[in-house]
Amino acid sequence: MAFLCKWCSSAGSDLAGVSRMEYPPNAVPITVMCSGSVSPLYIFNAFKRGADGVLVSGCHPGDCHYIKGNYYARRRIALVKKLLEFIGLEPQRFQMSWVSAAEGLKYTQIIKDFVKEIKPLGPQTKLRREK
Amino acid sequence: MRRTGVFVCHCGINIAGTVDVKKVAKELSTHPNVVHSEDYVYMCSDPGQNLISNAIKQKKLDSVVVACCSPTLHESTFRNCVKSAGVNPFHCEIANIREQCSWVHKEMEKATSKAIKITRSTVEKVTRNEPLEPISVPVTKRALVIGGGIAGIQASLDLANSGFEVVLVERSPSIGGHMIQLSETFPTLDCSQCILTPKMVEVAKHPKIKLMTYSEVQEVSGYVGNFRVKILKKPTYVDPDKCTLCDECTKVCPVVTENEFDLGLTGRRAIYIPFPQAIPASYTLDINSCPGLLPIACGKCADVCEPKAIDYDMKPKIIEMDFGAIIVATGYDLYGKENMAEYGYGKYPDVIDGLQFERLCSASGPTKGKILRPSDHKEPKEVVFIQCVGSRDPEMHCSYCSKICCMYTAKHAMLYKHHVPDGQAYIFYIDIRSGGKGYEEFVQRAVEEDSVLYLRGKVSKIFEERGKIRVWGVDTLSGKDIEIDADMVVLAMAMRPSKGAEELAKKLKIALDKDGFLAEAHPKLRPVESVTSGVFLAGAAQAPKDIPEAVAQASGAASKAIAILSQERLFHSPTVAKVNTNLCTGCGMCVSVCPYEALSLKDGKVEVKEVLCEGCGTCSATCLRAAIQVKNLTPRQVYDMINASLGG
Repeated sequence: MAFLCKWCSSAGSDLAGVSRMEYPPNAVPITVMCSGSVSPLYIFNAFKRGADGVLVSGCHPGDCHYIKGNYYARRRIALVKKLLEFIGLEPQRFQMSWVSAAEGLKYTQIIKDFVKEIKPLGPQTKLRREK
Repeated sequence: MRRTGVFVCHCGINIAGTVDVKKVAKELSTHPNVVHSEDYVYMCSDPGQNLISNAIKQKKLDSVVVACCSPTLHESTFRNCVKSAGVNPFHCEIANIREQCSWVHKEMEKATSKAIKITRSTVEKVTRNEPLEPISVPVTKRALVIGGGIAGIQASLDLANSGFEVVLVERSPSIGGHMIQLSETFPTLDCSQCILTPKMVEVAKHPKIKLMTYSEVQEVSGYVGNFRVKILKKPTYVDPDKCTLCDECTKVCPVVTENEFDLGLTGRRAIYIPFPQAIPASYTLDINSCPGLLPIACGKCADVCEPKAIDYDMKPKIIEMDFGAIIVATGYDLYGKENMAEYGYGKYPDVIDGLQFERLCSASGPTKGKILRPSDHKEPKEVVFIQCVGSRDPEMHCSYCSKICCMYTAKHAMLYKHHVPDGQAYIFYIDIRSGGKGYEEFVQRAVEEDSVLYLRGKVSKIFEERGKIRVWGVDTLSGKDIEIDADMVVLAMAMRPSKGAEELAKKLKIALDKDGFLAEAHPKLRPVESVTSGVFLAGAAQAPKDIPEAVAQASGAASKAIAILSQERLFHSPTVAKVNTNLCTGCGMCVSVCPYEALSLKDGKVEVKEVLCEGCGTCSATCLRAAIQVKNLTPRQVYDMINASLGG
């Protein structure tokens, strides 16, 4: 599950598409307005629904379309990361990245690395709620 | 229950080549709320759009999902299409299965599965979309132009000549900017002052332009169409209406300080007029160098002032005004001498920068147009010009090219040769960048007609020896070390954003690029807009540029501003925050994180000023009680999207 901000990361992933860069199809994107709007509850919810990994990606610090939304995201995500580690989730499963609208290649690389890192961990069952 | 239609585009083979579009349409047809699902080769074509309109009418659809390319491309196409078929445009959403799916994957099965997930997730989103209407606000038909250089002057004149009121704010005592300091301009060798002063006079006399010099923007609030700006008018201590420009005050002033206009090559008094053609034509008392405003401290200038124009009791004034659009044209400064120790700039008086050389050449300059070196006022016979000083040097200085130096250095060498025909001009360069109308020919003219010697290489060291400035460099074309005993050295310093641009950018909520220049909204397609709607950029504040480019950008910015000012009302995206007052406890956490000051507390509850809200959703992620949400991207919608994306 990849939460991409509309202005930088989603545009960056669009650029990856335009440039026909290939990456694994494992990440399903949800475009949000700003990484600052990604509530911790979205992240927990994604894990609860069985996501094997969650990525939050926004504009580079200082370049936020909404001036400072990604700074809030950064602080919030740092806490979420600690909490997830505390409850025993493998830290690799939750990542944050900064991808600008010009960084299609970086987005591609991030998804590739992410998938490579979490594949050996197998399916995430810790937070998954069985239906 | 919603009646949603799903339309899957093949985009020729762009999507259909990797995604089984038929399967996507089929799978989606069984999704809850979907009553119609089909695929077509080009949805954005007229027949494709007709397909959507017809389905809306026949199947009584109330929402539409188009699975196609990125919403940045055809979202508005499809929203307009559903609107004309009678459906609220905010009930149409785009599922991006091209850029974020078919173009980046190769295996059909996996790409199809991902496309289905993306489309399902979008259907879930649209199911809870509210029908919205754009928010409309009236427009204040007045523009603010910040910076009175050539770009600000041009933008002001264009706006005023289109019939709009303009306030031009300039922080120094006169408009004119750096262009008024220049001697001649490339490639025509027009006298800079001769072509600029008519425009300056026009600004001063224009009934639609209110000129505020010695003033600074202090605070900006509001939004496109209705900015509220506080402007600080600093006291000049001289009433321009009474001043007769008799110049008696400067004769008695006991203070001599550095003259900014001549870049320190001459001095000026504490009470001064920056240059003879200054606009407004009036004197300014500089309190930083004046011994004191109390008549007991000095008071000589007021004593001799016959029309009693000098008023020591003048106070700073804050003027508050509303504007519909703002143009920022704050210009450039040269890279500071403190950064260029290796070239002896600031240490040796005869090592000067390009702007100082302009003053030496200028007919109105300290030497009345004779090129005399600063140290002993002798005519220099060997002059070394060095390009790329501070530019194109990512390790030590600025990584970018300052763009104008190749041209003005050629001009400098040429002007020098015109003034001192028996002298020799050397130019050290890395590359010659002479793109522009008549520019390459101009450089060739310097080489062929004025025998300027171009040396391709960098200068390693400059030091003084026996009254000469020894320049050590290398000519990389011949591979030889070069040693020149020069009488004067002129450095083509890098251009930097002017001092204070950063604070101003913060006030205007506009972005800076990595080098501190004001950032445009899109490097190719929106070069005069800032990221904040209604704030436009002009001139060297945005990037190094020469006069014609600055003028062109200023006219571009003015016409963008006119596009706003000529509207009666403006429309604002209605996907803004909304408060559930039953849940809101008035804790104010969202108020403090809002980047746009769109939220405030009223009677213990948060209130959204919709025209200020940009819909970023930072408030929503901060609220502990889910009391504030952005319309059409609520947490509930995101949960449904997550659920659909992860396979139900």
